[in-house]
Amino acid sequence: MSGRIAFILRRFLQAIPILLAIIIINFLLLKLAPGDAADVLAGEAGSATPEYMAELRAKFGLDKPVPVQLAQYVGRVLMLDFGYSFRHDMPVAQLVIDRLGPTLILMVTTILLAVGFGILLGLLAATGLNTWRDNVISILALVSYATPLFWVGLMLIVVFSINLGWFPTSGMETIAAFHTGWARVLDIAHHLVLPAITLSLFYLALYTRLMRASMLEQAGMDYVITARAKGLSERRITFRHVLRNALLPVVTMAGVQVSSLIGGSVIVETVFGWPGLGQLAFESLFARDLNLLMGIFFLSAVLVLIVNLIVDILYTLLDPRIELK
Amino acid sequence: MTAPLVDIRNLHVALPDGADRPYAVEDLSMTLNAGEIVCVVGESGSGKSLTARAMMGLLPEPRVRASAGQIIFGGRDLLQLPKHERRLLCGEQLSMIFQEPMTALNPLMTVGRQIEEVLIVHTSLSAAERMERVLALLAEVHLPDPPRIAASYPHQLSGGQRQRAMIAMALIMDPKVLVADEPTTALDVTTQAQILKLIRELQHLHGTGVMFITHDFGVVAEVADRILVMQHGKVVETGTADQILNRPEAPYTRALIRAIPSLTPRSRTPIEGVPILKVEDLDKTYRQSGLLAKGREVHAAKDVSFTLKRGETIGIVGESGSGKSTVARMIVRLLQPDGGRIDLHGIDLAPLSKRQLKPHRRRVQMVFQDPYASLNPRRKIGEIICEGPVANGVPKSKAMARARELLGLVGLKPEVAERFPHEFSGGQRQRIGLARALAMDPEVLVADEPVSALDVSVQAQVLELLAEIRDRLGLSVVFITHDLRVAAQVCDTIVVMSKGEVVEHGTLAEVFADPKHAYTRELLASIPGKDWQIPELAEAGAV
Repeated sequence: MSGRIAFILRRFLQAIPILLAIIIINFLLLKLAPGDAADVLAGEAGSATPEYMAELRAKFGLDKPVPVQLAQYVGRVLMLDFGYSFRHDMPVAQLVIDRLGPTLILMVTTILLAVGFGILLGLLAATGLNTWRDNVISILALVSYATPLFWVGLMLIVVFSINLGWFPTSGMETIAAFHTGWARVLDIAHHLVLPAITLSLFYLALYTRLMRASMLEQAGMDYVITARAKGLSERRITFRHVLRNALLPVVTMAGVQVSSLIGGSVIVETVFGWPGLGQLAFESLFARDLNLLMGIFFLSAVLVLIVNLIVDILYTLLDPRIELK
Repeated sequence: MTAPLVDIRNLHVALPDGADRPYAVEDLSMTLNAGEIVCVVGESGSGKSLTARAMMGLLPEPRVRASAGQIIFGGRDLLQLPKHERRLLCGEQLSMIFQEPMTALNPLMTVGRQIEEVLIVHTSLSAAERMERVLALLAEVHLPDPPRIAASYPHQLSGGQRQRAMIAMALIMDPKVLVADEPTTALDVTTQAQILKLIRELQHLHGTGVMFITHDFGVVAEVADRILVMQHGKVVETGTADQILNRPEAPYTRALIRAIPSLTPRSRTPIEGVPILKVEDLDKTYRQSGLLAKGREVHAAKDVSFTLKRGETIGIVGESGSGKSTVARMIVRLLQPDGGRIDLHGIDLAPLSKRQLKPHRRRVQMVFQDPYASLNPRRKIGEIICEGPVANGVPKSKAMARARELLGLVGLKPEVAERFPHEFSGGQRQRIGLARALAMDPEVLVADEPVSALDVSVQAQVLELLAEIRDRLGLSVVFITHDLRVAAQVCDTIVVMSKGEVVEHGTLAEVFADPKHAYTRELLASIPGKDWQIPELAEAGAV
């Protein structure tokens, strides 16, 4: 147990230089992009004198050389000050934390859906190898794997929201209804269905295929023959022996993909008007609200590091051969 | 005489269409009585393992299936039994142990739990009673501290411990028949001796009938009551252990037995050459280091010293983990030694950088253990052999001509240079590996277990070829092996290693006749079939 705590502590220490590098790279990359907040504000105002632009830049600190800006930014971040979003007129930290909740709800639901059903479907396909069950699952997986995310989202809205009217088209809750308690939870869940399905479909397909292949690979291992020689039933062999071994690659893959999930959520949150980090990132990108964008990137990086840590710990629980070092 | 425990009559195991032969096992008949060990001996591809699988109902059906014949056990034909009845016999009446206990155990389940599973399926004992039985059996197979072993995962045990746990798992229901498929092949020789002793002891105690599959006549001589020799799926000879081992009739059996390396050291005139390679105080430590955690250290080699004379063959023998391969790899400088000297004709290779080493690389060449993994499957044989010389500046056409010449030297046709490695058998690949090493015109050849992956008859041919080439080209050889029989046939001097250290060093005759160190004595005492005097068989013209 103390080994585990030491491991977690060590990972936190290792995370500091990684985060620092991410901050610096993000800052420099965004500086490479043309345009800044002053351009956008001036553009929206319709006209602006060069003097006014210069004044705006001075106000945001954009007139100083890039290394100075970088040093100032890093210095502020080290004090946990992520700056101020001129567009939303709020501190970045508060804005980002507000949006974190919805994104987490969407992400966790998506992961659970994708991994859970992916494992189940992969298991069904592998145990009924080359039967109609396997074929149907494999074809469905292939189709969802090959379909673009935004298109799935739009089609789901067309069919289930507009034509059938079963689910709301966008948003996270019916704000005007002022639900509280369980009613609010149900309301959010109702709004969650379509975005979660859209986002999870691609990963679901991926995990189904991976799980199927992994089950088949494990079924050919020597220990399965041993289990047969012991007189175990096929059912017991599948569930007690093969399943757990087959899960390992799926968990590894899921851990790696949580990071890309955040990227995928930008599209889905935008399509469904989900008030999460992805949507915020999308907006702030067009507003050249770089402070906010960097805040979001930073939080995403922290999220990825935490998820990786959780996956590593989960892995040691699943596989006794892996030790925390 | 009572009816036999198992009576196999005219068993045929069919292979799928398009295989190189229609039957893996053809018309095999044999009996197994209670309390006896019947050894099924054969080289790879003889069908011995599939015979064992057929008996247990573990053939990879429907591709490979028992297509004809009967396996009578307890008055019933196992091949005709409904699936679930057959399954319930497995583990209870018929049990099996496997070659590789690491892969044959589920890596994610504790050993105790895996043994307990047999009881869950076949008995209605309570959890506490089951645990008691498991612990009792772990003690019976002489595992220390049964509760700890039961709570361990397979990777936490040594190879011998794992195989003991497998045996416990197979014997927990006190089965009438035990099928052992090469149960000691993956083990070190001293562990092998212990496991063989254990199998014999338990078999005697419980009156189990054992079907023992092996390729190793030494092991056969240790355990067999009766012997069945197989070749290409057919039984070529069957009889009592004494008959087959000492008075074999069938030409194939005679050829097999003749190929077994004798333990009597072969007399060679003592080598009086000048020292060519001096290894002094070679050290290698593997460290596992962490940022905050304390690193673990393994001394793979510690103060290893020996001298190799021109034309001499020095054998480095030891078990897995003794550091013999580490030493071999340091001499070829595939590994960087931590300390010590590798003096080749007055030049110390140990501290040289990659660039400095380049002109000397040629002079020490290696032949690898695994003839399948050590040849690049995407390159033609000729290219593989040429690669070294070409990298050292020899023109391509000249190197290719030399490659063809070398292929002839190792007993292959020069035309094979145009073919790919997968077209060759293990023995042929090892010849190619040898040609590859020779292409560099080395002075010292380091052979790391060059014959341990080969069948015994092929092994004999490769050893002969190696000796012939050594004498013809005046090579000096460092020969790494775990097999003392092989060492007895090829080496002049022997270095015995254990846990990274040299425990004994001397001429072959000295070490074999009068081992000084306790470990050497144990090693020699563990050689399977050491008491069996291999008969002098005249070479039958018909073989």
